[in-house]
Amino acid sequence: MDWHQLMIITTAPDNVPIVIMLFLMPFYTWYGLKQSFANDRLIEKLEADPELAKTHHRKTQPWVKGWDSTVHVWPYLLKIEFLAAIIVTLILVVWSIFLDAPLEEPANPNLTMNPSKAPWYFLGLQEMLVYFDPWIAGVVLPGIILGGLMAIPYIDVNPRGNGYYTYKQRKFSIWMFFIGFLVLWLVLIVVGTFIRGPGWMWFWPGETWDHHRIVHELNRNLHEFFGIKDSEVLKAAGFGATVVGAYFAVGGFACDRLFRKFAPEMVKKQNVAQYATTIALTVMMFGLPIKMLLRLGFTVKYVMVTPWFNI
Amino acid sequence: MAETPTKPKFKLPSVAELKEGQIWKSIFRHKLDETPRNRSLAVLSNVFLHLHPAKINRDAVRYNYTWGMGGITFYLFLVLTITGVLLMFYYHPSKGQAYRDIMYIMHDVPFGNFTRNMHRWAAHSMIITTWLHMFRVFLTGSYKPPREFNWNIGVLLLLFTMLLSFTGYLLPDDQLGFWAVTVGTNMARATPVLGSEGPFGPQMGITAFNDVRFALLGGSIVDANALLRAYIWHCVAIPIIASVLMIVHFWRIRKDGAISGPAPVMIEQDLSGPVAKKA
Ligand code: HEM
Repeated sequence: MDWHQLMIITTAPDNVPIVIMLFLMPFYTWYGLKQSFANDRLIEKLEADPELAKTHHRKTQPWVKGWDSTVHVWPYLLKIEFLAAIIVTLILVVWSIFLDAPLEEPANPNLTMNPSKAPWYFLGLQEMLVYFDPWIAGVVLPGIILGGLMAIPYIDVNPRGNGYYTYKQRKFSIWMFFIGFLVLWLVLIVVGTFIRGPGWMWFWPGETWDHHRIVHELNRNLHEFFGIKDSEVLKAAGFGATVVGAYFAVGGFACDRLFRKFAPEMVKKQNVAQYATTIALTVMMFGLPIKMLLRLGFTVKYVMVTPWFNI
Repeated sequence: MAETPTKPKFKLPSVAELKEGQIWKSIFRHKLDETPRNRSLAVLSNVFLHLHPAKINRDAVRYNYTWGMGGITFYLFLVLTITGVLLMFYYHPSKGQAYRDIMYIMHDVPFGNFTRNMHRWAAHSMIITTWLHMFRVFLTGSYKPPREFNWNIGVLLLLFTMLLSFTGYLLPDDQLGFWAVTVGTNMARATPVLGSEGPFGPQMGITAFNDVRFALLGGSIVDANALLRAYIWHCVAIPIIASVLMIVHFWRIRKDGAISGPAPVMIEQDLSGPVAKKA
């Protein structure tokens, strides 16, 4: 076991932030969920006791009759902002004194860096390049991520949980966000940062980066598994289009069934466009782990090959 | 002994006297005693502080609701602006010179290395806090009506925060930045229809000399023009865009009725019956 390699990656100055984030993300997930569960218990109590609900201030924060519901910004908020600014400044000062920002050799187009990694916050996208061609990984998927984020307020028709932490009242949306953000986005970044080595090959923590490792190209296109040769262009493209179409059809159908079963109120409230967007985004989001599984587990390269583009 | 009348000697005014004087009054438009009126005026009569309302939800000042992440993100943006301007004094965005300027900043400029480090670590931090801020806004459902639009402004801020970092990466003109930007902009080559290697790009007459990548780099390779373009995007264009978006973001927070919570929890009975209005 060679933990030195992991040590080098972990202590690279530009990777310190992601190491910090590996602690911050679980902490804030816990911190948010803790408050969600506290509110959920309050909600249950109030729902069981409608009389109490009429008089209760409906928050988990303490409340005494006669207290103002608002406070002055000066000093109650500004003093906190001032304190926060001081703490952040102190952290930055200490960090900047003890850790130097890296500077490599001057740019040299003739000397390729291997591995050539983007900064950690882009490694999720770079890792996607393994599973998809650049036009999907670098252009379409980021577009869908941003578009999907922007669509959230317009497809989430649930009126509950507006302005307070809750899990019970928003299970569906919280699960979707956790899968998309905590699982897919962050796991891809972690893989890109800590696992990928020279040639963007997979090196487990504890493995030494081998710059001469040779891999035999085992990956095959999906149609080859079914006896269609790459040279049969039309047949292969038709096969691929059918598979992709079938994925969206079956995936859409499965989502429809599942949503009706587990989120019946959402289905009832959404209009056609909202419902279709929700299904499309869900199917596309799960397309990523499915393609990852096909590639890593079953050595599938492309599911659809055409003369112009591959998926 | 009769006192001889003299001219009154000059005496330094006391703070209390200063506060009655013309200079003080021209600057501060209100008294400082702790009355509710003065507390409100302290915020409302100050151009920077009047970003805030005079009063807010008593529970919103608790750290546990917002985690302070939006505010910290904004503060980091200010730190980056200040350290960034300082770095600009010593930096020429031209091939060859750029790398030497970074070396100069690191080794010769007083506090240059410190300033550069701070700029770098504040930038990384800003990415993290922006993500955490988005995470909190999601968990508190704060994108729900009437804040849908502000969530969208936020998504754009997220994009531009990351683009700021990305464009800054090339500026030292070292191997790290060069190859990161090469990998990044190679993806632009694959843009459908608009990229020279993207689906249907070649069919539309797109070549390496007129595609999006060419527009980003000001050429077909990462070279002097790309450095200049990255510099202008990084130091001028994106900061302006991000500032405008932040102005809208903050304005909308006020117009959408201030921070969303902590709001009274909703119970199922509210959805059928009349909503109980309480604190
Ligand atoms: C440069 C980046 C950003 C800055 C400086 C910023 C700043 C702020 C600040 C200071 C607040 C006040 C409450 C708080 O501190 O949490 C706020 C609220 C808000 N932000 Fe941001 N933000 C940024 C990015 C984002 C992003 C990425 C999103 C979402 C995708 C977002 C969505 C919102 C929403 C919806 C609110 C209202 C929250 C509420 O009422 O509870 N912002 N923002």
